[in-house]
Amino acid sequence: MPAIIKTESLSHVYSQGTAFEQAAVHDVDLEIEKGAFVGVIGHTGSGKSTLIQHFNGLLRPTSGRVLIDGEDTWEHPKQIRRFRFKVGLVFQYPEYQLFEETLYKDIAFGPTNMGLTPDEVDVRVRQAARFVELPEDMLQKSPFELSGGQKRRAAIAGVIAMNPEVLVLDEPTAGLDPRGRDRILGEIKEYHQQQGNTVLLVSHSMEDIARLADKVLVLARGRVFMYDDTRAVFARAEQLEQLGLSPPQITKICTRLHREGLPVSPEIFTVGAAKTAILSALGEKERNR
Amino acid sequence: MKLSDITIGQHFPGQSPVHLMDPRAKIVVTGAYIVMLFLAQNLLSLLVGAVFVLITYPASGIALRLILKSLKPVLPIIIFTGILNLFFVSGEPLWEFWRLSITAEGIRLAVHMCLRIVCLIAGSALLTYTTSPIALTDGLEALFSPLKKIKAPVHEIVMIMTITLRFIPTLIEETGKIMSAQKARGADLESGNILQRMRAMLPILIPLFVSAFRRAEELALAMESRCYHGGEGRTRLRVLAFSGVDVWAAVFTIAFVFAVVAINISGPALGIPGTLR
Ligand SMILES: Nc1ncnc2c1ncn2[C@@H]1O[C@H](COP(=O)(O)OP(=O)(O)OP(=O)(O)O)[C@@H](O)[C@H]1O
Ligand SMILES: [Mg+2]
Repeated sequence: MPAIIKTESLSHVYSQGTAFEQAAVHDVDLEIEKGAFVGVIGHTGSGKSTLIQHFNGLLRPTSGRVLIDGEDTWEHPKQIRRFRFKVGLVFQYPEYQLFEETLYKDIAFGPTNMGLTPDEVDVRVRQAARFVELPEDMLQKSPFELSGGQKRRAAIAGVIAMNPEVLVLDEPTAGLDPRGRDRILGEIKEYHQQQGNTVLLVSHSMEDIARLADKVLVLARGRVFMYDDTRAVFARAEQLEQLGLSPPQITKICTRLHREGLPVSPEIFTVGAAKTAILSALGEKERNR
Repeated sequence: MKLSDITIGQHFPGQSPVHLMDPRAKIVVTGAYIVMLFLAQNLLSLLVGAVFVLITYPASGIALRLILKSLKPVLPIIIFTGILNLFFVSGEPLWEFWRLSITAEGIRLAVHMCLRIVCLIAGSALLTYTTSPIALTDGLEALFSPLKKIKAPVHEIVMIMTITLRFIPTLIEETGKIMSAQKARGADLESGNILQRMRAMLPILIPLFVSAFRRAEELALAMESRCYHGGEGRTRLRVLAFSGVDVWAAVFTIAFVFAVVAINISGPALGIPGTLR
């Protein structure tokens, strides 16, 4: 698989040359394959948001390069907008970006900026609204009349409507109730499966990452700490805990059961898998009796 | 102009003598300094005013480089003032072309005016650099409290100022975030003519206003739920008190004012109609 995002010793220092200088990303070499679903985790301040803002050229590397589909993003600074459409970025608390009179117009903002015809824009808007399960009749409402969760989904639709090759989401579920959270994550997963686009999901919830991601990128103090298959990353529980991150609760339970001598694999990350494993382990115990 | 260039209300905490001064004293000294700049009628006495800044910046541990930063937003005004004085002051012409003439008085006056503005900005910027917004408004409230006698809502006005100053950095940060979010949706803020650019600002201004109103409402609620009801009968957490530093600052400032006045009397005044001699 060719890499859709590649970084070469990427570093970013905020306010370089002033008293407020702050190194946020350090010497990151990374390759993200096309079509992957990558979870990005790390302690608060580890540089997750800074790193992902390089992928669509919102931030310019202080040193190093970012290649999207093999193209250096900052080779022609005038054409940087191209990468904004290629890599769609949904910010933390994206509902604060809503501004149009109607939801329809707001979702259409991105596709219109791409220079699509009104007909194409219309198709994109309706498709995106369907993806985030916003009913058609809501499209003519003002975005400020929606509930928090609906606003969030509308903002995500505004990025999905650009149909980016890579969709990057920075903590899309922060501050939502469990149902709203599951709904958004379900929609993102479905988007990934149907479109086959690359998805990067920044999250503080190990459960969500474990459930959704194929690969996990762990950042620590601005550096890549691990980048591997989800399974392999969560298997290194002790190292994660040193960073203040903890594997999913269910993994901890399974590890504990494993240590107690039950035939349950410690490499289980979802409640569903745990249920099957524990039931079969119990069955085995019954039989052995 | 980049967002990070905005230095209004920016405060650099420190422990220098200037930082340790009572905010009331600092405000009065800044006022005296400004009066001094306007008293300075010849270049020599104005240079004494410049020396005042050149001493107080290092004394407060603030880099002189920051003067340039604070001048950036007013640069057009300085240039405009310079050009205006250069060409439109009557006197003995040195050069003449077309209908413009440059006179010796013009040059002198242009230099004088520009230097005065630079000194003004640099001096008042130092006040905000070395004084936290809270201390600054505390000082203002104390200085204006005599007006309470005539029922002026001094406390309320000062509270409004405090809140405004407090929220400038927050709103700048918020503007940055909203700009990034809209750029991520392909908003083009850099090209086009003036009208197009103004239109392009809408996706940023609307969310910014919405969030400013939301913040204002939340703040009002938070204040009310803590029983805030204005200035009456309120005691203070930080009680202002003069100290030795303030006495030294007063002596220092008075010395400078005297120097300026003395040079003014002995030196040649600028022949500007309508100005003090
Ligand atoms: N605009 C900025 N100016 C200066 N420093 C910044 C800026 N944005 C972030 N930083 C600093 O860079 C570092 C990395 O921040 P970043 O926002 O990338 O972290 P994060 O991993 O996204 O954290 P969180 O999980 O809290 O969102 C932090 O130390 C932060 O203080
Ligand atoms: Mg972040």
